[in-house]
Amino acid sequence: MSVPRYWRNEIPRYRLVGEECTVCGNKYFPARHVCSCGSTDFKAYKLTETGEVVTWTVIKNSPIGFEKYTPYVVGLIELGDGIRIMSQIVDVDPTDVSAGLKVEACFRKIKEDGKTGILQYGYKFRPIVA
Amino acid sequence: MRNVKVAGIGLLKVKEYWDRSIQDLFAETSLKAIKDAGVESIDKVYVSNMSAALMQDQLNTAALMSDAIGMPGISASRVEAGSASGGVAFHEAVQAVASGYSDTVLVTGVEKMSDILPDVVTTALAMAEEQEYTAYTGVTKTGIAAMIHRLYLDRYAEASEVCMMAVKSHEHAVGCKHAQYPFKMSIERAMSSPMEANPIHMMECAGIGDGAAAIVLVPADNAGVEVAGSAIATDYTSIAQRLDPMAMDAIRKAADRAYKMAGITAKKVDLAEVHDDFTINGVLGVEGLGLAKDGEGAKLVSTEEVDKAGKIPINTFGGLKARGNPLGATGIYQVAEVALQLRGDAGDHQVEGAKYGVAQNSGGMASICAVNVLRRAKK
Repeated sequence: MSVPRYWRNEIPRYRLVGEECTVCGNKYFPARHVCSCGSTDFKAYKLTETGEVVTWTVIKNSPIGFEKYTPYVVGLIELGDGIRIMSQIVDVDPTDVSAGLKVEACFRKIKEDGKTGILQYGYKFRPIVA
Repeated sequence: MRNVKVAGIGLLKVKEYWDRSIQDLFAETSLKAIKDAGVESIDKVYVSNMSAALMQDQLNTAALMSDAIGMPGISASRVEAGSASGGVAFHEAVQAVASGYSDTVLVTGVEKMSDILPDVVTTALAMAEEQEYTAYTGVTKTGIAAMIHRLYLDRYAEASEVCMMAVKSHEHAVGCKHAQYPFKMSIERAMSSPMEANPIHMMECAGIGDGAAAIVLVPADNAGVEVAGSAIATDYTSIAQRLDPMAMDAIRKAADRAYKMAGITAKKVDLAEVHDDFTINGVLGVEGLGLAKDGEGAKLVSTEEVDKAGKIPINTFGGLKARGNPLGATGIYQVAEVALQLRGDAGDHQVEGAKYGVAQNSGGMASICAVNVLRRAKK
């Protein structure tokens, strides 16, 4: 992962900022170039940081760089504002994840690029403790 | 626009070729197809390959493969569309002949997955997903399919019904000379295999293999097997962006376009090869092609209706699961298999009286799909 490739996504990944179409109000994460209404005019939109698990799985055989986190849960989460986001779901036993589980965003390490590369950070989601 | 004929076919058995290079596989299967077609020369070569850049450190494969088949000087292009590379390359080759731009076109798919370790294969497969917000999560291709699989089970079917997709593919591969795994697999064996990515069992996933498949296309002459329809459609790359993550719009749109071009509906289809890299994808392929209603694909593939004597034979040589899934070659294998059926060269796998056959080839989580419809010419 090159430094610019990492750096240019810091705001969306660190702060969960997407975009809202100024014409129709559709919201997107990550940002898009063209809205489904055809507009290309967007403003920044801060995502709701809580939502519910829609579907999920448990990754045992990971891509390179994620080995030490296995087994880990990846899910599709529907946030309170209707945006869906794919994310790891952490701080939970994989057998305790279910559809409808209420989760919140948290800031976590994603992976390390070898011994000398970038430490990558970003969002993961975890169950909301009532 | 000219009608296009499938004039020649070359298939290699999918397996692990430790002693051979991608050029070796490409050349052998291409020369087979050229011989089968009985053509004197080739105007244009389309090379379908997904991952040689990662697996063999090799780019510029259009030139490399033209050289490998002893045709330096020829016009050549490489096509990459994830695991839909083959179906998309075939579509491009059809366009070249249909338009009159080329008269004799070779389209060959090749992939050699055994040159890298399994964790690199997992990474390679994830490269067909968007990198900065999807692959970034650590999700795998199997993981994405697993999330869709879970939604399907919640909405429509029993796990064992979806799993039957793999059982049927294996059953149909028995005796197939070019299949990687030409043996039966019981539903009990599949359902008791370890979870690869819950709820997908290991035996519901296509394996890793090397393979190459080639087709020669020429202008139609009212004999043999013709291309009736050929289409590509795309979708939002991430399932998170789709209104219904399970809808697989690219499959539906490509099928609709290809059927329209062929002047048929799904009812006229006599056999189908679907992209069952995972059982759920095979089931959604069957539904996307309109061969079963939404939610009824798993029930259909659990029945004898998908066998060679059934109403709609599916994956007649074993599909991705049992014939094998050498990524960039897969889509060419599918079309070649449909052509073998329609020209009556399918041997023990022969579906009697078939007129129309369809091949469905997806890349990513069906973020791109190619649907190619072949028909037996009237003569």
